[in-house]
Amino acid sequence: MKKLMLGNEAFARGLYEAGCRIASSYPGTPSTEITEEVAKYDEVYAEWAPNEKVAMEVALGASIAGARSFCAMKHVGLNVAADPLYTAGYTGVTAGMVIAVADDPGMHSSQNEQDSRHHAIASKVMMIEPSDSAECKEFAKAAFDLSEKFDTPVIVRMSTRVAHSQSAVELCEREEKELIPYTKNAQKFVMMPGNAIRRHPEVEQRLVDIREYAETSPLNRVEYNDTKIGVIAAGISYQYAREALGNKASYLKLGIVNPLPVEIIKDFCSKCETVYVIEQLDDIIETHCKKIGLNVHGKDTFSLLGEISQSIVREKILGETAEFAEFPESVPVRPPVMCAGCPHRGLFYCLSKLGVTVSGDIGCYTLGATAPLCAMDTTICMGASISGLHGFNKARGAESEKKSVAVIGDSTFMHSGMTGLVNIAYNASNTTVIILDNSITGMTGHQQNPTTGKNLKGDPAAAVNLEELCKAIGIKSVRVVDPYHMAETEAVIKEELAKDEPSVIISRRPCALLKYVKHNPPLRCDHDKCVGCKQCLKIGCPAISVHDKKMTIDHTQCVGCGICTEMCKLGAIVK
Amino acid sequence: METKSIMIVGVGGQGSLLASRIIGNVLLSQGFEVKVSEVHGMSQRGGSVVTYVKYGDEVSSPVIVKGEADIIISFEQLEAARWLPFLKKGGHLVTSTQKIDPMPVINGAAVYPDDIIEKIKAQGVDVIAVDALTLAEQAGTAKASNVVLMGVVSKKMQFEESVWQAALEQCVPAKFLELNKKAFALGRAAE
Repeated sequence: MKKLMLGNEAFARGLYEAGCRIASSYPGTPSTEITEEVAKYDEVYAEWAPNEKVAMEVALGASIAGARSFCAMKHVGLNVAADPLYTAGYTGVTAGMVIAVADDPGMHSSQNEQDSRHHAIASKVMMIEPSDSAECKEFAKAAFDLSEKFDTPVIVRMSTRVAHSQSAVELCEREEKELIPYTKNAQKFVMMPGNAIRRHPEVEQRLVDIREYAETSPLNRVEYNDTKIGVIAAGISYQYAREALGNKASYLKLGIVNPLPVEIIKDFCSKCETVYVIEQLDDIIETHCKKIGLNVHGKDTFSLLGEISQSIVREKILGETAEFAEFPESVPVRPPVMCAGCPHRGLFYCLSKLGVTVSGDIGCYTLGATAPLCAMDTTICMGASISGLHGFNKARGAESEKKSVAVIGDSTFMHSGMTGLVNIAYNASNTTVIILDNSITGMTGHQQNPTTGKNLKGDPAAAVNLEELCKAIGIKSVRVVDPYHMAETEAVIKEELAKDEPSVIISRRPCALLKYVKHNPPLRCDHDKCVGCKQCLKIGCPAISVHDKKMTIDHTQCVGCGICTEMCKLGAIVK
Repeated sequence: METKSIMIVGVGGQGSLLASRIIGNVLLSQGFEVKVSEVHGMSQRGGSVVTYVKYGDEVSSPVIVKGEADIIISFEQLEAARWLPFLKKGGHLVTSTQKIDPMPVINGAAVYPDDIIEKIKAQGVDVIAVDALTLAEQAGTAKASNVVLMGVVSKKMQFEESVWQAALEQCVPAKFLELNKKAFALGRAAE
C-alpha cells in the first residue's frame, strides 16, 4: 500500500519497521513529528526527555542494553547532545542506535542555520542523508543495520524540506528484533583514559572501513545522462538539481555524507566535463573533492547562505530565468505574531511599559521581541536567558539588577534554564527570572514536558512543581501571577525588581490554543464610545485593528481573553 | 505528463495544512507522483504561510518557485498579492475575499493596499474571488473556509467530484465530516 507521508512520518515508519524499541527526544522544528509519529506504534516505547543530551543518553543506554534505539533533535539540539555523541562514537553500540538531526537551512524556525555535517565529521560518526519520504523510511532502516555492522551510532541528517514534505511511501511489516543479551564489557563502555585510548584506533579504523563500504554502497548512486554537466549532491539538493536539469546532467547522488567516498567521486568526475557540487550551507563535499585533487565548482557558484531551489540551479548553471507577474504596489510583510488570547501578551505588555531590559529565550515568547511590544534585548539559545542575565547583572551591578528580567518558558526552563537558576542562587545575583508557564511546549506544536503532568502518549505522569523546585534551588521569593490580569502582574514585577534578593515570578496561564482551554465569546467594540485613540493597539493583538478611526475586533480570531479591556479607559470594548 | 504545481497561501492558523492534505490525497488516488511541502514552527504563528503541492509523472523538488504555479489558492487577499509572482503565465488564482491586517498595518507602519483583486486582474491574471468566510459560516464554522476553497478549486481541476468526496472522508475527522461536506458543496456552487 502506498501512503502520502511527511518525511518525518516516513522516518518514524522506518523506525517501526526496523524493530526499534526505544525512542527518546526533545522536540525541535523540523524534527518533532518523527517522535510524535513513532509514539503511535505500541511496539515502540517513546518519550519526551527534558533535553537532547538526556535523550541521546537514554538512546545510548538502551542500545547498550541490547535494544534498537533512537533519538531526534533539531540542529541546535545536537549541540546540546554533542557531549554524549562524541563519546558514543568511541564506545560504539550493542544494538543499533540511530540519531535524527534536522537542519533548517533558511531558518524557517531557528536561531541559526548551522550545518550538522560538521558534528558528524568532528565526532567521526557515520552520517547518511535521505532526499524524500520514501528514502526517509529506507534510510532509517538502513541506519540500524549500518549501526550494528560498523559498531557505531548512525546520524541521519534531515532538512526542513525533506522533513516537512509529503510524498508516497510503500509500507512494510515490522521486523521484530529481540533484545541482544547483556554482558558487561567495561573496556568498551567505561570511557576512562585507559580504555578510551584503546578505543580511539578502532574509531579511526571504522572510518576507513565505512569509507570503503561507501565506495560500493547502494546508498550512493550514479545516474549517467548527458555528461557535459555532472552534479554531485545529497539530500534535498539532489532533488532541486534533478528538477532543474533533468536529463541534461549526470548525477552522483550521495546517501552517505560522512565519511565521503573517494573512488566513485574520482570516477564520476573523470566522466563528466564540468562538475558542480550542489550543497546547502557549507562546502563540505566540495572541500572533500578538492582535498582529493578534483577540480569542481561549488561555492564559487552557489551561496553559503539559506536554501537552494530549482530556480537557483537553473539560473546558475543554465543561465535561465523565469517570467512572472508582480503586484504593482509594495505588499506589507506579515511576520509571525503571538496568537489572539496568547497569555504571553499581557506579560510582555507590562515589560514593555516598564522599559526593563529583557533577557529572552527560545519559544513562542521570543515573539515578544517584535513590534509593537519590542520587549526583548537578547535571545541566544535554550536556557541562555537566565544564565546570560546573571552575567549581565554581574557586569553592570545593582543598578542593572533593578531593571532587568529573564523570560523563559516552562519547557525551556526544564531543558536548561534551571541550571542557570542554580547559578543565580549559588553565586548570588539579585536577578529576577520570569517563567512563562503556559503548560505546554508551544512553538513546536504542543508537546508535553515534565511540568505538564502528562507524558508523550498523553497518559498521566509526575509533574514538576515549579514553585517548590525554585525554592529548593534556593530562591526564597517565588510569586505566581495570571498574565491576563495586567495591573496585578505589573505590580508584582515592580515589587520583585525592588527586592535585594533573587526572585522568580511564574506567569501562569495555559496556551490559548490548547484544546481543553475554554474560550469566551468574542468581544466587540461599541463604536459610540470608541474615539479611535488606538491605546488598544499597543498590546499587539492580531484580532484588533482600527478602520475609519474606530477599533474593530475580528470575531474569527478573538477568544475573549479581555486584556484589551484593561487598555480601554472608555469602556468601549464590550461582550 | 508535465509536472503541475498548486500553491496554497494564507495566514498561519487558517487551515492550509488540511487543504494541502485533501488535494494531495485526490492526486495520489489518481495515480500521480505527488509531493506536498508544508511549513511548521514559528511562521505558523499568524505569519504568512505557504504550502506547495506538485504532481505529475515525476516530481523532484517539493517546492514551487516564481513563475511556476498553475493554480494559487489564497485564503486572504494580501497573501494573494504577495505570492502572485509565483503564478505561471496563464495560471489561475482562486482567492477568498477575506482580509486580515498584518501587524505592520495594525501598527500603522504600513498600509493595506486597496482593490487588490482588481489590481491583480489588471495584470491579465484569471482571478476567481469568493467570499469563503461567509460561506464557511453558512456551513457552520468560519474554520471551514479552507474546505470552501477546495470546493471552488475542484471545478478548476479535471477530477470527478466523488474523488474529492473520498479525499474529504480520508482527511477530515468523522464528527466534522458533514459540516465540511456542506462547506465543500457551497464552494463548488459558488461564483
